[in-house]
Amino acid sequence: MQPDIFRMRRRQALLFFALLATLTYGAILITEYDTVKGLVAIPQAAIWAASNFVPDQEAFARLPRIIDKLVETILMAIASSTVASALGLVVALLGATTTRPHPWVSLPARGLASVFRNLDVSAWALILLFSFGQSAYTGFLALFFVTFGFIVRVMMETIDEVSTDSVEALRTTGAGYLAIISQSVVPACLPQLISWVLFMIETNIRSATLVGILTGTGIGFLFDLYFKSFNYSSASLVVLVIVIAVLLIEAVSNAIRRAVL
Amino acid sequence: MALLQVDALTKRYGSETLALDQISFSVQPGEFVGIIGPSGAGKSTLLRCMNRLVDITSGDVRFDGVSVPTLHGAALRRQRTQIAMIFQHYNLVNRLTVIENVLHGRLGYKGMFQGMLGLYSEAEKRNAVQVIESLGLSEQIYKRCDQLSGGQKQRVGIARALVQQPKMLLCDEPIASLDPNSAKIIMDTLREINQTMGITVLVNLHQVDVALRYAERIIGINGGRVVYDGAPNHLSNEQIYQIYGSEAGDLILDLSERYAA
Repeated sequence: MQPDIFRMRRRQALLFFALLATLTYGAILITEYDTVKGLVAIPQAAIWAASNFVPDQEAFARLPRIIDKLVETILMAIASSTVASALGLVVALLGATTTRPHPWVSLPARGLASVFRNLDVSAWALILLFSFGQSAYTGFLALFFVTFGFIVRVMMETIDEVSTDSVEALRTTGAGYLAIISQSVVPACLPQLISWVLFMIETNIRSATLVGILTGTGIGFLFDLYFKSFNYSSASLVVLVIVIAVLLIEAVSNAIRRAVL
Repeated sequence: MALLQVDALTKRYGSETLALDQISFSVQPGEFVGIIGPSGAGKSTLLRCMNRLVDITSGDVRFDGVSVPTLHGAALRRQRTQIAMIFQHYNLVNRLTVIENVLHGRLGYKGMFQGMLGLYSEAEKRNAVQVIESLGLSEQIYKRCDQLSGGQKQRVGIARALVQQPKMLLCDEPIASLDPNSAKIIMDTLREINQTMGITVLVNLHQVDVALRYAERIIGINGGRVVYDGAPNHLSNEQIYQIYGSEAGDLILDLSERYAA
Protein backbone atom coordinates (compact mmCIF):
# COMPACT_ATOMS: atom_id res chain seq x y z
CA MET A 1 0.00 0.00 0.00
CA GLN A 2 1.09 3.56 -0.71
CA PRO A 3 2.25 5.17 2.59
CA ASP A 4 0.23 8.25 3.49
CA ILE A 5 2.73 11.01 2.76
CA PHE A 6 0.65 13.71 4.50
CA ARG A 7 0.35 11.75 7.73
CA MET A 8 4.08 11.04 7.57
CA ARG A 9 4.91 14.76 7.18
CA ARG A 10 2.62 15.59 10.13
CA ARG A 11 4.30 13.00 12.29
CA GLN A 12 7.74 14.33 11.32
CA ALA A 13 6.77 17.90 12.19
CA LEU A 14 5.28 16.82 15.52
CA LEU A 15 8.38 14.85 16.36
CA PHE A 16 10.61 17.80 15.50
CA PHE A 17 8.73 20.23 17.73
CA ALA A 18 8.57 17.72 20.57
CA LEU A 19 12.33 17.33 20.35
CA LEU A 20 12.83 21.10 20.31
CA ALA A 21 10.60 21.55 23.36
CA THR A 22 12.45 18.84 25.28
CA LEU A 23 15.81 20.40 24.44
CA THR A 24 14.66 23.84 25.54
CA TYR A 25 13.15 22.58 28.79
CA GLY A 26 16.26 20.51 29.50
CA ALA A 27 18.51 23.51 28.93
CA ILE A 28 16.38 25.66 31.26
CA LEU A 29 16.51 23.00 34.00
CA ILE A 30 20.27 22.50 33.74
CA THR A 31 21.18 26.19 33.75
CA GLU A 32 18.51 27.01 36.38
CA TYR A 33 17.31 29.84 34.20
CA ASP A 34 14.04 31.43 35.33
CA THR A 35 12.15 32.31 32.17
CA VAL A 36 9.44 34.28 33.92
CA LYS A 37 11.93 36.35 35.86
CA GLY A 38 13.89 37.02 32.66
CA LEU A 39 10.81 38.30 30.84
CA VAL A 40 9.66 40.40 33.79
CA ALA A 41 13.10 42.04 33.92
CA ILE A 42 12.75 43.51 30.43
CA PRO A 43 10.54 46.46 31.39
CA GLN A 44 12.79 47.14 34.37
CA ALA A 45 15.81 47.21 32.05
CA ALA A 46 14.02 49.63 29.74
CA ILE A 47 13.16 51.89 32.65
CA TRP A 48 16.76 51.87 33.83
CA ALA A 49 18.06 52.66 30.35
CA ALA A 50 15.56 55.48 29.90
CA SER A 51 16.57 57.13 33.18
CA ASN A 52 20.33 56.55 33.09
CA PHE A 53 21.33 55.83 29.49
CA VAL A 54 20.49 59.27 28.15
CA PRO A 55 23.01 61.89 27.10
CA ASP A 56 23.01 64.93 29.38
CA GLN A 57 24.66 68.39 29.29
CA GLU A 58 27.92 67.01 30.60
CA ALA A 59 27.99 64.31 27.91
CA PHE A 60 27.48 66.81 25.10
CA ALA A 61 30.47 68.75 26.38
CA ARG A 62 32.51 65.65 25.56
CA LEU A 63 31.12 65.47 22.00
CA PRO A 64 34.23 66.93 20.26
CA ARG A 65 36.39 64.25 21.85
CA ILE A 66 33.89 61.54 20.91
CA ILE A 67 33.71 62.74 17.30
CA ASP A 68 37.48 62.86 17.17
CA LYS A 69 37.72 59.21 18.23
CA LEU A 70 34.87 58.26 15.90
CA VAL A 71 36.71 59.72 12.91
CA GLU A 72 39.85 57.86 13.95
CA THR A 73 37.87 54.60 14.15
CA ILE A 74 36.18 55.11 10.78
CA LEU A 75 39.46 55.93 9.07
CA MET A 76 41.03 52.86 10.61
CA ALA A 77 38.18 50.70 9.38
CA ILE A 78 38.46 52.15 5.87
CA ALA A 79 42.25 51.77 5.78
CA SER A 80 42.18 48.14 6.92
CA SER A 81 39.34 47.32 4.51
CA THR A 82 40.98 48.82 1.43
CA VAL A 83 44.49 47.51 2.08
CA ALA A 84 43.17 44.04 2.90
CA SER A 85 40.96 44.08 -0.21
CA ALA A 86 43.86 44.98 -2.50
CA LEU A 87 45.91 42.12 -1.10
CA GLY A 88 42.85 39.87 -1.02
CA LEU A 89 42.24 40.46 -4.75
CA VAL A 90 45.78 39.36 -5.56
CA VAL A 91 45.41 36.15 -3.53
CA ALA A 92 41.94 35.56 -5.00
CA LEU A 93 43.49 35.72 -8.50
CA LEU A 94 46.00 33.08 -7.42
CA GLY A 95 43.26 30.90 -5.97
CA ALA A 96 40.46 31.16 -8.54
CA THR A 97 40.20 28.28 -11.00
CA THR A 98 40.09 30.63 -13.99
CA THR A 99 43.15 32.70 -13.13
CA ARG A 100 45.45 30.55 -10.99
CA PRO A 101 48.93 30.36 -12.52
CA HIS A 102 49.15 26.67 -11.53
CA PRO A 103 46.68 24.28 -9.83
CA TRP A 104 49.11 23.87 -6.92
CA VAL A 105 48.94 27.56 -6.04
CA SER A 106 45.19 27.37 -5.61
CA LEU A 107 45.02 25.20 -2.49
CA PRO A 108 47.39 27.25 -0.30
CA ALA A 109 45.59 30.43 -1.35
CA ARG A 110 42.21 28.96 -0.40
CA GLY A 111 43.62 27.55 2.86
CA LEU A 112 45.16 30.86 3.87
CA ALA A 113 41.88 32.65 3.26
CA SER A 114 39.83 30.20 5.27
CA VAL A 115 42.19 30.39 8.27
CA PHE A 116 41.81 34.17 8.34
CA ARG A 117 38.08 34.07 7.73
CA ASN A 118 37.08 31.40 10.19
CA LEU A 119 38.37 33.17 13.28
CA ASP A 120 36.15 35.96 14.50
CA VAL A 121 37.47 39.50 14.58
CA SER A 122 37.37 39.56 18.40
CA ALA A 123 39.40 36.35 18.55
CA TRP A 124 41.99 37.90 16.22
CA ALA A 125 42.12 41.03 18.36
CA LEU A 126 42.78 38.96 21.52
CA ILE A 127 45.45 36.84 19.79
CA LEU A 128 47.17 39.91 18.36
CA LEU A 129 47.10 41.65 21.73
CA PHE A 130 49.95 39.35 22.80
CA SER A 131 52.20 40.53 20.00
CA PHE A 132 51.25 44.16 19.56
CA GLY A 133 49.78 45.14 22.94
CA GLN A 134 47.07 47.71 23.33
CA SER A 135 47.68 49.74 20.21
CA ALA A 136 45.81 50.86 17.15
CA TYR A 137 47.97 48.44 15.19
CA THR A 138 46.35 45.45 16.89
CA GLY A 139 42.91 46.63 15.87
CA PHE A 140 44.04 47.42 12.35
CA LEU A 141 45.48 43.94 11.90
CA ALA A 142 42.47 42.17 13.38
CA LEU A 143 40.14 43.94 10.92
CA PHE A 144 42.68 43.45 8.15
CA PHE A 145 42.84 39.66 8.63
CA VAL A 146 39.10 39.12 8.66
CA THR A 147 38.55 41.39 5.64
CA PHE A 148 41.36 39.69 3.75
CA GLY A 149 39.88 36.23 4.34
CA PHE A 150 36.43 37.37 3.32
CA ILE A 151 37.49 39.22 0.17
CA VAL A 152 39.63 36.30 -1.04
CA ARG A 153 36.67 33.98 -0.62
CA VAL A 154 34.03 36.09 -2.38
CA MET A 155 36.32 37.35 -5.14
CA MET A 156 37.46 33.84 -6.02
CA GLU A 157 33.84 32.97 -6.67
CA THR A 158 33.18 36.20 -8.55
CA ILE A 159 36.22 35.73 -10.79
CA ASP A 160 35.18 32.21 -11.76
CA GLU A 161 31.63 33.35 -12.30
CA VAL A 162 32.09 36.45 -14.46
CA SER A 163 35.37 36.10 -16.32
CA THR A 164 35.88 32.47 -17.36
CA ASP A 165 34.64 33.06 -20.92
CA SER A 166 36.55 36.25 -21.64
CA VAL A 167 39.74 34.79 -20.16
CA GLU A 168 39.44 31.93 -22.64
CA ALA A 169 39.00 34.41 -25.48
CA LEU A 170 42.02 36.48 -24.44
CA ARG A 171 44.19 33.39 -24.14
CA THR A 172 43.42 32.57 -27.77
CA THR A 173 44.65 36.01 -28.85
CA GLY A 174 48.02 35.13 -27.35
CA ALA A 175 47.74 37.69 -24.54
CA GLY A 176 50.08 37.28 -21.56
CA TYR A 177 48.93 36.48 -18.03
CA LEU A 178 49.10 40.03 -16.65
CA ALA A 179 47.37 41.46 -19.73
CA ILE A 180 44.53 38.96 -19.33
CA ILE A 181 44.13 39.89 -15.67
CA SER A 182 44.20 43.65 -16.17
CA GLN A 183 42.23 43.82 -19.43
CA SER A 184 39.55 41.24 -18.82
CA VAL A 185 39.32 39.85 -15.26
CA VAL A 186 39.60 43.15 -13.40
CA PRO A 187 37.13 45.11 -15.57
CA ALA A 188 34.63 42.24 -15.40
CA CYS A 189 34.88 41.93 -11.60
CA LEU A 190 35.15 45.60 -10.70
CA PRO A 191 31.51 46.32 -9.73
CA GLN A 192 31.36 43.30 -7.43
CA LEU A 193 34.75 44.15 -5.94
CA ILE A 194 33.69 47.70 -5.15
CA SER A 195 30.44 46.45 -3.68
CA TRP A 196 32.20 43.95 -1.39
CA VAL A 197 34.79 46.50 -0.27
CA LEU A 198 31.98 48.89 0.70
CA PHE A 199 30.26 46.06 2.56
CA MET A 200 33.48 45.30 4.45
CA ILE A 201 33.96 49.00 5.33
CA GLU A 202 30.46 49.05 6.85
CA THR A 203 31.04 45.81 8.72
CA ASN A 204 34.44 46.92 9.94
CA ILE A 205 33.16 50.22 11.31
CA ARG A 206 30.77 48.20 13.47
CA SER A 207 33.45 45.69 14.42
CA ALA A 208 35.99 48.43 15.10
CA THR A 209 33.93 49.54 18.10
CA LEU A 210 34.15 46.09 19.66
CA VAL A 211 37.80 45.70 18.70
CA GLY A 212 38.46 49.11 20.28
CA ILE A 213 37.04 47.90 23.60
CA LEU A 214 39.48 44.98 23.51
CA THR A 215 42.52 46.89 22.31
CA GLY A 216 41.90 50.15 24.15
CA THR A 217 41.79 52.35 21.08
CA GLY A 218 39.33 54.43 19.12
CA ILE A 219 35.72 54.98 20.02
CA GLY A 220 35.42 51.53 21.62
CA PHE A 221 37.93 52.61 24.23
CA LEU A 222 35.94 55.76 25.01
CA PHE A 223 32.77 53.73 25.43
CA ASP A 224 34.56 51.28 27.71
CA LEU A 225 36.06 54.12 29.74
CA TYR A 226 32.77 55.95 30.32
CA PHE A 227 30.86 52.75 30.95
CA LYS A 228 33.28 51.42 33.53
CA SER A 229 33.42 54.74 35.35
CA PHE A 230 29.58 54.68 35.66
CA ASN A 231 29.33 57.68 33.33
CA TYR A 232 26.30 56.21 31.57
CA SER A 233 25.11 59.42 29.97
CA SER A 234 28.40 59.85 28.08
CA ALA A 235 28.47 56.17 27.15
CA SER A 236 24.98 56.51 25.71
CA LEU A 237 26.09 59.47 23.61
CA VAL A 238 28.91 57.30 22.20
CA VAL A 239 26.37 54.63 21.23
CA LEU A 240 24.13 57.25 19.63
CA VAL A 241 27.02 58.72 17.63
CA ILE A 242 28.06 55.26 16.41
CA VAL A 243 24.52 54.43 15.27
CA ILE A 244 24.25 57.70 13.35
CA ALA A 245 27.66 57.19 11.75
CA VAL A 246 26.83 53.64 10.67
CA LEU A 247 23.52 54.76 9.15
CA LEU A 248 25.23 57.60 7.27
CA ILE A 249 27.94 55.37 5.91
CA GLU A 250 25.40 52.79 4.82
CA ALA A 251 23.52 55.48 2.92
CA VAL A 252 26.71 56.70 1.23
CA SER A 253 27.83 53.22 0.21
CA ASN A 254 24.38 52.36 -1.11
CA ALA A 255 24.54 55.45 -3.29
CA ILE A 256 27.97 54.44 -4.59
CA ARG A 257 26.73 50.90 -5.25
CA ARG A 258 23.81 52.17 -7.30
CA ALA A 259 26.18 54.28 -9.36
CA VAL A 260 28.64 51.49 -10.22
CA LEU A 261 26.33 48.52 -10.72
CA MET B 1 52.18 22.70 -48.16
CA ALA B 2 49.31 22.16 -45.76
CA LEU B 3 48.60 25.00 -43.32
CA LEU B 4 47.33 22.60 -40.70
CA GLN B 5 48.41 19.00 -40.36
CA VAL B 6 46.77 16.86 -37.69
CA ASP B 7 48.33 13.43 -37.07
CA ALA B 8 46.85 10.74 -34.83
CA LEU B 9 45.62 13.40 -32.44
CA THR B 10 44.34 11.83 -29.22
CA LYS B 11 42.87 13.58 -26.20
CA ARG B 12 41.93 11.91 -22.92
CA TYR B 13 40.21 13.57 -20.01
CA GLY B 14 41.40 11.73 -16.93
CA SER B 15 42.09 8.07 -17.55
CA GLU B 16 38.55 7.14 -18.57
CA THR B 17 37.14 9.56 -21.12
CA LEU B 18 38.54 9.39 -24.61
CA ALA B 19 37.45 12.65 -26.24
CA LEU B 20 39.47 12.40 -29.45
CA ASP B 21 40.72 9.13 -30.87
CA GLN B 22 43.53 9.11 -33.45
CA ILE B 23 42.25 12.02 -35.52
CA SER B 24 44.15 12.82 -38.69
CA PHE B 25 43.45 15.33 -41.45
CA SER B 26 45.13 18.26 -43.13
CA VAL B 27 43.85 21.64 -44.20
CA GLN B 28 45.20 23.70 -47.10
CA PRO B 29 45.52 27.48 -46.87
CA GLY B 30 42.25 29.22 -47.74
CA GLU B 31 39.94 26.25 -47.14
CA PHE B 32 36.52 26.63 -45.51
CA VAL B 33 35.97 23.48 -43.45
CA GLY B 34 32.75 22.62 -41.64
CA ILE B 35 32.99 20.16 -38.75
CA ILE B 36 29.74 18.39 -37.92
CA GLY B 37 28.77 15.75 -35.41
CA PRO B 38 26.47 15.13 -32.45
CA SER B 39 26.89 16.91 -29.10
CA GLY B 40 29.78 15.45 -27.16
CA ALA B 41 31.45 14.08 -30.28
CA GLY B 42 34.59 16.08 -29.54
CA LYS B 43 34.17 19.00 -31.97
CA SER B 44 34.94 21.69 -29.39
CA THR B 45 37.84 19.72 -27.96
CA LEU B 46 39.25 19.29 -31.48
CA LEU B 47 39.24 23.05 -32.13
CA ARG B 48 40.75 23.73 -28.71
CA CYS B 49 43.63 21.38 -29.47
CA MET B 50 44.59 23.58 -32.44
CA ASN B 51 45.42 26.56 -30.21
CA ARG B 52 46.21 24.50 -27.12
CA LEU B 53 43.37 25.76 -24.96
CA VAL B 54 43.37 22.09 -24.01
CA ASP B 55 46.54 20.05 -23.77
CA ILE B 56 47.06 17.27 -26.26
CA THR B 57 47.47 13.73 -24.89
CA SER B 58 49.29 12.26 -27.89
CA GLY B 59 49.72 12.77 -31.60
CA ASP B 60 50.81 15.90 -33.42
CA VAL B 61 49.28 19.14 -34.67
CA ARG B 62 51.47 21.15 -37.02
CA PHE B 63 50.35 24.65 -37.87
CA ASP B 64 52.32 26.55 -40.49
CA GLY B 65 55.21 24.11 -40.03
CA VAL B 66 55.37 24.50 -36.24
CA SER B 67 54.50 21.59 -33.96
CA VAL B 68 51.86 22.80 -31.48
CA PRO B 69 51.84 20.15 -28.67
CA THR B 70 55.25 21.05 -27.25
CA LEU B 71 54.93 24.84 -27.46
CA HIS B 72 54.91 26.88 -24.29
CA GLY B 73 55.53 30.40 -23.03
CA ALA B 74 56.31 33.09 -25.59
CA ALA B 75 56.39 30.65 -28.51
CA LEU B 76 52.86 29.43 -27.72
CA ARG B 77 51.62 33.02 -27.44
CA ARG B 78 53.21 33.87 -30.80
CA GLN B 79 51.53 30.83 -32.35
CA ARG B 80 48.15 31.82 -30.88
CA THR B 81 48.28 35.25 -32.51
CA GLN B 82 48.11 33.38 -35.83
CA ILE B 83 45.04 31.32 -34.88
CA ALA B 84 42.04 33.43 -33.92
CA MET B 85 38.87 31.99 -32.41
CA ILE B 86 35.22 32.95 -32.06
CA PHE B 87 32.83 31.35 -29.60
CA GLN B 88 29.20 30.34 -29.19
CA HIS B 89 28.79 32.69 -26.23
CA TYR B 90 30.95 35.43 -27.82
CA ASN B 91 33.22 35.56 -24.73
CA LEU B 92 33.40 39.35 -24.60
CA VAL B 93 34.01 41.50 -21.54
CA ASN B 94 30.45 42.76 -21.35
CA ARG B 95 31.19 45.83 -19.28
CA LEU B 96 33.70 47.19 -21.79
CA THR B 97 32.91 49.00 -25.02
CA VAL B 98 33.02 47.46 -28.47
CA ILE B 99 36.31 49.15 -29.40
CA GLU B 100 37.97 48.01 -26.17
CA ASN B 101 36.89 44.42 -26.76
CA VAL B 102 38.07 44.51 -30.35
CA LEU B 103 41.48 45.88 -29.36
CA HIS B 104 41.92 42.88 -27.06
CA GLY B 105 42.78 41.06 -30.29
CA ARG B 106 46.07 42.99 -30.34
CA LEU B 107 47.19 41.89 -26.87
CA GLY B 108 49.07 38.90 -28.26
CA TYR B 109 51.51 41.29 -29.93
CA LYS B 110 52.20 43.26 -26.75
CA GLY B 111 54.99 43.08 -24.21
CA MET B 112 54.18 42.67 -20.54
CA PHE B 113 53.77 46.33 -19.60
CA GLN B 114 52.04 47.45 -22.79
CA GLY B 115 49.62 44.57 -22.45
CA MET B 116 48.99 45.14 -18.76
CA LEU B 117 48.31 48.82 -19.27
CA GLY B 118 46.39 48.28 -22.50
CA LEU B 119 48.53 50.65 -24.56
CA TYR B 120 47.57 50.51 -28.23
CA SER B 121 49.17 52.46 -31.05
CA GLU B 122 47.32 54.98 -33.18
CA ALA B 123 47.55 52.63 -36.17
CA GLU B 124 46.05 49.76 -34.19
CA LYS B 125 43.11 51.89 -33.08
CA ARG B 126 42.52 53.12 -36.62
CA ASN B 127 42.58 49.57 -37.93
CA ALA B 128 40.20 48.40 -35.21
CA VAL B 129 37.71 51.15 -36.12
CA GLN B 130 38.00 50.20 -39.78
CA VAL B 131 37.30 46.53 -39.04
CA ILE B 132 34.34 47.41 -36.81
CA GLU B 133 32.90 49.65 -39.52
CA SER B 134 33.36 47.00 -42.18
CA LEU B 135 31.27 44.64 -40.07
CA GLY B 136 28.45 47.19 -39.92
CA LEU B 137 28.88 48.23 -36.29
CA SER B 138 29.92 51.87 -36.79
CA GLU B 139 27.00 53.06 -34.63
CA GLN B 140 28.04 50.78 -31.77
CA ILE B 141 31.78 51.51 -31.52
CA TYR B 142 31.56 53.22 -28.13
CA LYS B 143 28.63 51.24 -26.75
CA ARG B 144 29.09 48.78 -23.94
CA CYS B 145 28.81 45.18 -25.14
CA ASP B 146 26.01 44.34 -22.71
CA GLN B 147 23.79 46.68 -24.75
CA LEU B 148 24.24 44.73 -27.98
CA SER B 149 22.13 41.99 -29.52
CA GLY B 150 23.51 38.47 -29.94
CA GLY B 151 24.30 38.94 -33.61
CA GLN B 152 26.11 42.22 -32.90
CA LYS B 153 28.10 40.58 -30.09
CA GLN B 154 29.21 37.84 -32.43
CA ARG B 155 30.33 40.46 -34.95
CA VAL B 156 32.39 42.08 -32.18
CA GLY B 157 33.89 38.63 -31.60
CA ILE B 158 34.74 38.40 -35.31
CA ALA B 159 36.24 41.90 -35.26
CA ARG B 160 38.43 40.95 -32.29
CA ALA B 161 39.58 37.90 -34.24
CA LEU B 162 40.31 39.92 -37.40
CA VAL B 163 42.49 42.58 -35.76
CA GLN B 164 44.70 39.68 -34.72
CA GLN B 165 45.49 39.33 -38.44
CA PRO B 166 45.39 35.54 -38.16
CA LYS B 167 46.09 32.91 -40.80
CA MET B 168 43.32 30.68 -39.50
CA LEU B 169 39.98 31.29 -37.82
CA LEU B 170 38.47 28.69 -35.48
CA CYS B 171 34.72 29.06 -34.94
CA ASP B 172 33.13 27.07 -32.14
CA GLU B 173 29.36 26.89 -32.76
CA PRO B 174 29.29 30.55 -33.88
CA ILE B 175 25.56 30.60 -34.65
CA ALA B 176 24.19 28.18 -32.05
CA SER B 177 22.76 31.00 -29.91
CA LEU B 178 21.54 33.21 -32.73
CA ASP B 179 18.24 33.68 -34.54
CA PRO B 180 18.17 32.59 -38.22
CA ASN B 181 18.59 36.12 -39.52
CA SER B 182 21.68 36.94 -37.42
CA ALA B 183 23.00 33.46 -38.12
CA LYS B 184 22.92 34.13 -41.85
CA ILE B 185 24.75 37.44 -41.43
CA ILE B 186 27.46 35.73 -39.38
CA MET B 187 27.88 32.84 -41.82
CA ASP B 188 27.97 35.23 -44.81
CA THR B 189 30.60 37.28 -42.98
CA LEU B 190 32.72 34.20 -42.35
CA ARG B 191 32.49 33.22 -46.00
CA GLU B 192 33.48 36.71 -47.09
CA ILE B 193 36.46 36.71 -44.73
CA ASN B 194 37.49 33.38 -46.15
CA GLN B 195 37.14 34.47 -49.79
CA THR B 196 38.42 38.06 -49.73
CA MET B 197 41.10 37.86 -47.05
CA GLY B 198 42.18 34.29 -47.74
CA ILE B 199 41.88 33.32 -44.06
CA THR B 200 41.39 29.60 -43.50
CA VAL B 201 38.17 28.89 -41.60
CA LEU B 202 37.37 25.87 -39.43
CA VAL B 203 33.83 25.99 -38.14
CA ASN B 204 32.00 23.65 -35.77
CA LEU B 205 28.32 23.49 -36.60
CA HIS B 206 25.23 21.84 -35.25
CA GLN B 207 23.20 22.70 -38.32
CA VAL B 208 23.97 20.23 -41.09
CA ASP B 209 22.16 22.28 -43.72
CA VAL B 210 24.27 25.35 -42.89
CA ALA B 211 27.46 23.32 -43.04
CA LEU B 212 26.48 21.91 -46.42
CA ARG B 213 25.64 25.33 -47.80
CA TYR B 214 28.75 27.20 -46.67
CA ALA B 215 31.61 24.72 -46.27
CA GLU B 216 33.79 23.59 -49.15
CA ARG B 217 34.65 20.52 -47.19
CA ILE B 218 32.93 18.58 -44.42
CA ILE B 219 34.58 16.68 -41.61
CA GLY B 220 32.12 14.45 -39.74
CA ILE B 221 33.03 13.40 -36.23
CA ASN B 222 31.41 10.81 -34.01
CA GLY B 223 32.75 9.37 -30.78
CA GLY B 224 36.04 11.21 -31.18
CA ARG B 225 36.76 9.74 -34.61
CA VAL B 226 36.62 11.16 -38.12
CA VAL B 227 33.82 9.30 -39.89
CA TYR B 228 33.62 11.48 -42.99
CA ASP B 229 36.08 13.80 -44.69
CA GLY B 230 35.24 15.16 -48.09
CA ALA B 231 33.19 17.50 -50.25
CA PRO B 232 29.68 18.36 -49.10
CA ASN B 233 28.06 17.17 -52.31
CA HIS B 234 29.52 13.70 -51.88
CA LEU B 235 28.02 13.41 -48.42
CA SER B 236 25.07 11.07 -48.72
CA ASN B 237 22.09 11.05 -46.39
CA GLU B 238 23.17 7.64 -45.14
CA GLN B 239 26.53 9.10 -44.20
CA ILE B 240 24.84 11.96 -42.35
CA TYR B 241 22.82 9.46 -40.37
CA GLN B 242 26.02 7.56 -39.69
CA ILE B 243 27.72 10.72 -38.37
CA TYR B 244 24.85 11.33 -36.00
CA GLY B 245 24.51 7.67 -35.12
CA SER B 246 20.77 7.66 -35.78
CA GLU B 247 18.29 5.89 -37.97
CA ALA B 248 17.24 7.48 -41.23
CA GLY B 249 14.38 9.90 -40.66
CA ASP B 250 15.21 10.57 -37.02
CA LEU B 251 16.93 13.89 -37.70
CA ILE B 252 15.42 17.30 -38.25
CA LEU B 253 16.94 18.02 -41.60
CA ASP B 254 15.84 20.13 -44.48
CA LEU B 255 17.99 19.00 -47.33
CA SER B 256 15.52 19.81 -50.10
CA GLU B 257 17.89 22.48 -51.40
CA ARG B 258 20.47 19.84 -52.11
CA TYR B 259 18.16 18.05 -54.49
CA ALA B 260 16.81 21.21 -56.03
CA ALA B 261 20.30 22.46 -56.82
